[in-house]
Amino acid sequence: MAFRIIVLAKQVPDTRNVGEDAMTSDGTVNRAALPAIYNPEDLNALEQALLIKDKYADTEIIILTMGPPRAADIIRESMFRDADSGYLVTDKRFAGADTLATSYVISKAVEKIGNYDLILSGRQAIDGDTAQVGPQTAEKLKLPQITYAEEIIDIKKDKVTVKRRLERGVEVVESSLPALITVHSSAEKCRPKNAKLYMKYKHAKTPTELQTIADDYLNQSVRNKDYLQIEELSVDDLKCDIQKIGLAGSPTKVKKIDNVVLQSKDSKVIRDNDTEIRQLMQDLITNHTLG
Amino acid sequence: MTNFYRDNEDLKFHLNNPFMKRVAELKERYYKITENKYYGKDRIKPDEYKPASFEDALNNYDSTLEITGEIAGDVIAPNAESVDAEGPVLKDNRVHYAKGTVENLKALKQARLTGVTQPRKYGGLNFPTTVYSMMIEMVSRGDASLMNLFGLQDIGETVKEFADEDIKAKYIPMFASGEATGAMILTEPDAGSDLQAVQLKAHFEESTGLWRLNGVKRFITNGNAELSLVLARTEEGTKDGRGLSMLLYERDDTVQIRRIENKMGIHGSPTCEMVFKNSPAILIGKRKFGLIKYVMSLMNGARLGVSGQAIGISEAAYREALKYAQERAQFGKKINQFAPVYEILTDMKVKIAALRTLYYETSRFVDVYKSLEEIEHERDLTAEEKNDLKKYKKRADFYTPLVKGLSSEACNSITYDAIQIHGGTGFTKDFPVERLYRDARITSIYEGTTQLQVVASIKGVTSRLFTEMIDEYTSRKIPYELEFLRKELNVMRKIYVNTIEKVERHNDQEFLDFHARRLVEMAGNLIMGHLLVLDAARDPRFKLTAEVFIKKARAENTDKALVINDIDNAFINNYKELTKLS
Repeated sequence: MAFRIIVLAKQVPDTRNVGEDAMTSDGTVNRAALPAIYNPEDLNALEQALLIKDKYADTEIIILTMGPPRAADIIRESMFRDADSGYLVTDKRFAGADTLATSYVISKAVEKIGNYDLILSGRQAIDGDTAQVGPQTAEKLKLPQITYAEEIIDIKKDKVTVKRRLERGVEVVESSLPALITVHSSAEKCRPKNAKLYMKYKHAKTPTELQTIADDYLNQSVRNKDYLQIEELSVDDLKCDIQKIGLAGSPTKVKKIDNVVLQSKDSKVIRDNDTEIRQLMQDLITNHTLG
Repeated sequence: MTNFYRDNEDLKFHLNNPFMKRVAELKERYYKITENKYYGKDRIKPDEYKPASFEDALNNYDSTLEITGEIAGDVIAPNAESVDAEGPVLKDNRVHYAKGTVENLKALKQARLTGVTQPRKYGGLNFPTTVYSMMIEMVSRGDASLMNLFGLQDIGETVKEFADEDIKAKYIPMFASGEATGAMILTEPDAGSDLQAVQLKAHFEESTGLWRLNGVKRFITNGNAELSLVLARTEEGTKDGRGLSMLLYERDDTVQIRRIENKMGIHGSPTCEMVFKNSPAILIGKRKFGLIKYVMSLMNGARLGVSGQAIGISEAAYREALKYAQERAQFGKKINQFAPVYEILTDMKVKIAALRTLYYETSRFVDVYKSLEEIEHERDLTAEEKNDLKKYKKRADFYTPLVKGLSSEACNSITYDAIQIHGGTGFTKDFPVERLYRDARITSIYEGTTQLQVVASIKGVTSRLFTEMIDEYTSRKIPYELEFLRKELNVMRKIYVNTIEKVERHNDQEFLDFHARRLVEMAGNLIMGHLLVLDAARDPRFKLTAEVFIKKARAENTDKALVINDIDNAFINNYKELTKLS
């Protein structure tokens, strides 16, 4: 058995280390000020794909990402971990997309790639935290979707069994294939980069990047190897409806951004005995923190 | 998110040593390797990852070190505490590693850091020893006990150097893919430092064409490995090292693991006592060369590895101590503001820098001669290459025991000091320095005690080789502002030469033995002083380090010279008398 898996991955600003210049004055994320990283839950998704490839060696993993030219890094980083190839959806006209416009473009790209058994993505990206792109893409492609996946327990020719991580426990569900699965951060951590794969794929380039390689010898040697080609997809390649992409296709408008700081007020010391603990529980129930 | 490569500029500094160009071009045969055969287990073929130039190779080393640094910082180090607490267990005659160790090994295997120095045709990375040495340092900084498993790649190295091609093609890919771990099975209850006394018997069985092993081995790191090299007596009736051969044993059920030692430190590394009962094995290389040639090679690799382990532990201890001293306040001040504390911290940092530069210098020497030895099997060497092979082998053989002895002793004192900086809290198990202190202790014992490293180094430090090294370092151009350090080193050299002359005039073995360690340490100080000056010439950041090191080293050497001067043969008798040896 072998599967053809598309992994949706996104390059995101590292919002875990936010400085003062993280936001621009118009309320959008200042991407230039933050280091670009692989969206953490997308790495969890990639690991799930790799685990399937560990079991079924002929499985093919295709990375699909949308972003500026430098987002090709995400595809290379995936290749260093054993993804087979990648597509970068990039075009200035895609800029400013919200989740609706993004999922439209992604679904067009998935259709273009075609012939897949499974689509995997992270539950959500750390720059927007919406968790919408995965489900919206599934809807547009008319695929069954499983969200909050923690583990792909089993995969057969036409069926996948998945453990979901929910707020109050876990749930095991089955779905037909093809399906779209979004993976939760509690899933297995992604494996490290493989030194050999790094050496093999470090020169993988998009056509745009190839134009910038001045060294003729290197340029030619990259062009000669099929596995070093990262494909680019533009608005025209995907035959997108121009009204459904970019700012025009995005009904979400940011009106205002508020900085909410949760402050602790007073504190209370509870001693380690039954009476005081019981009292605390009662207080919490009374003020509706619990219950 | 800690990367042990990125957060330590010194590693990159040593990777960028100008001599690495030569190291890499020899390892890569001037970038003209074409592999006709491929025995590896990975689907990635040699041609897909071979470097095209030095820049390409250096980028590979750099990026792979970055991968290693990430694993060391994010996986290995966070697991160290639980590995130490849990340790391996023996169940149903199998060793089961601690959970953290299993995770660590899995990450290293997934990253393919398993056959670092092996040729690509066997599925290895074909990286120089110097790069591997850096990995060992980082792995050890994360968890010293993991180095004992990671460092066993040297077993594959010995198979590569001495086994026949069909054996290599079968077994090296198992190491390189991470499918097999290794063990070097040498020590016995009555054969520790003195391996000539090894008794484990091997006899050849005509019917199967295999050797059969019978006997007991002790203190075997990772004794339950899938592939082991066993030192055994193949020549019946012999009593010394010339009757010993090296055999390769593949794990089966004929060996009983009697127990795992309950050790003071490196808990994650299983130290086994094992009984061989008619266990099948194949001969590696030639009969009777086991101890005199192969173990020496194996041992030199392991000694270099232990040096890296010692430096890694020291780095971890220094960082813990520094962090603590910067945070802890007493008498209204952070304790790193107090002279007795900052002196210790600075001495730690400087010692580590000195040992590190010696460690990587040694690694580069090893690289040059090993690559030339390999090339010698492929084609005739040029006259110049032959000369280099001899030259660098001598240098590597001189520096390897030197760095092992010095770094392991320093590691013990640095971890001791790290606890001292912590005060009472350092004595509890709440801080990692307590574990580091216990882990450090073995480094000056195994792969030959410091006393044996002195025996192995003394010839080098009293010979022309030492003079040659110092002359070479002195002849290298440095900026004017570092000349004053050279002057200091020249004074130290005079003191040293005078002392050596005195020892030679004595012409007495016991006198030499008595003072040997002092002489080795004096010579080590001189060599490290020169190396630090050269480092400072490449990067001004090392100027202060060199200055502090040389100042203390000069005082130390003067002191040792006085002792050698004062304690003559007659006085040595007092030493014997007091412990009633005579």
